Amino acid sequence: MTSFLEYAPAPESTAILDLKPSYGLFIGGEFVGGHGAGFTTISPSTEKHIADIASADAQDVDLAVAAARRAYERTWSKLSGADRGKYLFRIARLVQERARELAVAESLDNGKPIKEARDVDVPLVAAWFFYYAGWADKLDYAGLGANPRSLGVAAQVVPWNFPLLMLAWKIAPALAAGNTVVIKPAETTPLTALIFAEILQQADLPAGVVNIITGAGETGELLVNHPGVDKVAFTGSTAVGKAIARSTAGSGKKVTLELGGKAANIVFDDAPIDQAIEGIVTGIFFNQGHVCCAGSRLLVQENIHDEVVARLKARLSTLRLGDPLDKNTDIGAINSRAQLDRIRELSAIGESEGAERWTAECAIPENGFWFAPTIFTNVSTSNRIARDEVFGPVLSVLTFRTPAEAVARANNTPYGLSAGIWSSNGSRILAVADRLRAGVVWANTFNQFDPASPFGGYKESGYGREGGRHGLAAYLESSSLQDSAGAVRAGSARRAVTATRKAAK
Amino acid sequence: MTHLTIPKTYKLYIGGKFPRSESGRVYEITTAKGAFLANAAKASRKDARDAVVAARAAQPGWSGATAYNRGQVLYRVAEVLEGRRAQFVDEIVQGEGVAASVASAQVDAAIDTWVWYAGWADKYVQVAGNANAVSGPYFNLSTPEPTGVVAVVAPPGSSLLGLVSVVAPVVTTGNAVVVLASEATPLSAISLAEVLATSDVPGGVINILTGSASEIAPWLAGHADVNGLDLAGAGDLDWVDLQVAGAETLTRVLPPVDGIPALSLERMLAFTETKTVWHTKSMI
Repeated sequence: MTSFLEYAPAPESTAILDLKPSYGLFIGGEFVGGHGAGFTTISPSTEKHIADIASADAQDVDLAVAAARRAYERTWSKLSGADRGKYLFRIARLVQERARELAVAESLDNGKPIKEARDVDVPLVAAWFFYYAGWADKLDYAGLGANPRSLGVAAQVVPWNFPLLMLAWKIAPALAAGNTVVIKPAETTPLTALIFAEILQQADLPAGVVNIITGAGETGELLVNHPGVDKVAFTGSTAVGKAIARSTAGSGKKVTLELGGKAANIVFDDAPIDQAIEGIVTGIFFNQGHVCCAGSRLLVQENIHDEVVARLKARLSTLRLGDPLDKNTDIGAINSRAQLDRIRELSAIGESEGAERWTAECAIPENGFWFAPTIFTNVSTSNRIARDEVFGPVLSVLTFRTPAEAVARANNTPYGLSAGIWSSNGSRILAVADRLRAGVVWANTFNQFDPASPFGGYKESGYGREGGRHGLAAYLESSSLQDSAGAVRAGSARRAVTATRKAAK
Repeated sequence: MTHLTIPKTYKLYIGGKFPRSESGRVYEITTAKGAFLANAAKASRKDARDAVVAARAAQPGWSGATAYNRGQVLYRVAEVLEGRRAQFVDEIVQGEGVAASVASAQVDAAIDTWVWYAGWADKYVQVAGNANAVSGPYFNLSTPEPTGVVAVVAPPGSSLLGLVSVVAPVVTTGNAVVVLASEATPLSAISLAEVLATSDVPGGVINILTGSASEIAPWLAGHADVNGLDLAGAGDLDWVDLQVAGAETLTRVLPPVDGIPALSLERMLAFTETKTVWHTKSMI
């Protein structure tokens, strides 16, 4: 009997791609060779070679930072906000024009389903540039006082889970604020950043305003610790984030960090259950769970636990895992062998610690890196799968009885990036949202992103915000300090400060 | 017949109480010319950790109080300080060796600083938060919230104004604070604790330690339950090491400043976290 789930293959064509066999570093507006040992990027769904990629060593990082500095001093900082904005608008339009190509490249290089790259990642990239383009000539209205200043050269390091989207989150506000950029995409997903470099050439962005250097972690380390950069923006693991916080201490660099998470998705017994099931699935299985804000801990009220878990299993059994370029695919490939190994290891630990494992039945392709959607029930708070970020399609289910217990459990983590609340009681949603220590809270929805909406963590999920007016502040030096001092410290108060300062010397 | 004065015993201020250092240690405080003034408590690592525990316990209640209430409490601090200004002028004259007019101006500025921040308590959320026009059926709101427990190194060159200028912005938003007072001139800080204790500031919201900053600051900086670190007065310490210690738990850090920090919205917002809540509007 044919299952209703059996669809004919509907692969998106890769003919739209015009890839080069090899890519250099994008420095000073041109592709140049790298001095490091090059590497290759592969498709995680087939393990097939896509292109050879240059690697930036210390010398290349120097060149890129110098190019960015030159562009900052000679061109970008002298341009009007309106003109900076026009370049960003151009970029937004070019991304829209080449959206299909970018989506296919992203799906190919990252392993994410084409429908997600096409409907989420790339449209948001364009939206991000469009949003910040409009800010470039309105910085006086950003809430930082009159004439906020750009910082200079921004060093940016982005992860592999949303390669082009994270690049947009970093570059758009940096340029709008008047900074120049050296950005390093992740080692396993450099492709769309390099196509984006071509877009910058089409936009005729002045040379050196954006420099894109590829390489491994070492390149990123050289970049963020380079004495010539004024700003560091990093998205990635909490361990690397802490290392950056240490190495940049005392450097005067402004640092923003978007790090890991272990988000609680709280489902109360009065939740709209159909929507909640979809939200739980979106929360953890979107992008194969390679999402720092993924709802990886399901906190479900005890009396509806069995129903929720049964319905989740039924829903997960309908998800289609396979060729990321197939338009019907829900679950794509795990991004790399290293990540697959980590997911397998943590899942094995979950089992050994006594949690009950359930995995959706689905055919796993022969080549590539795959992990079927998996749920752990009977998880206790101390289990590794309830504490560590798995960064894969693995959901841990825990229960609670009262709202107070739900809040306590949700907050019982060193992370604080995001959380979800499912309830039909608006008053309860507001009360619980108030008590959650997380930077983004989704009520009766999950994994929503928008350029107008600030995103970022509490506690060990990092600091600083990306998106919205707050995201702009990460790339500007406020003048409010001087303002408030001048306006308020009048008369005797000001004299006292001066007197005290003299007395101290 | 003359009245023989009753010198004050200066102790620490932790959890709303005035304990001696558990270590039993004191250190001598002198006038600018070197005459004996008092023995101040020399806080230990244990005192610092007790202060963090007290701050953590007090923080939810303080941030949970209404902003109007917090504003009134901080304004009350200014009121009580105004009433005891003569005592503070005396102490500053003795401790810092400045003229009475200079000391008086410092007390004025400290009082005005409390008043300025008191007025921010119910406004900073409006100024630093906003609604976001997202592309979809969502009510989306970003608001700042206090970071939690903040450790502060007060400027060393000032008895009172330095301390107030760093403590007030941190507590206005709902944080609890553990502050290391000026090492050489700590007496006004403990007298300020008496003001705080009688101004309806809940015990534990502001904890004041006296002693060696170089000895105690590292314990606070590396403390896993300290969320923020204001190094305003740490310029002469190994402050980069303090920041590095804080990095282990991604503690939010403000670097040292020269002299006394000005009134500043930025100092308040440095120890807040922006929370963005998406409420769906689609389920009619």
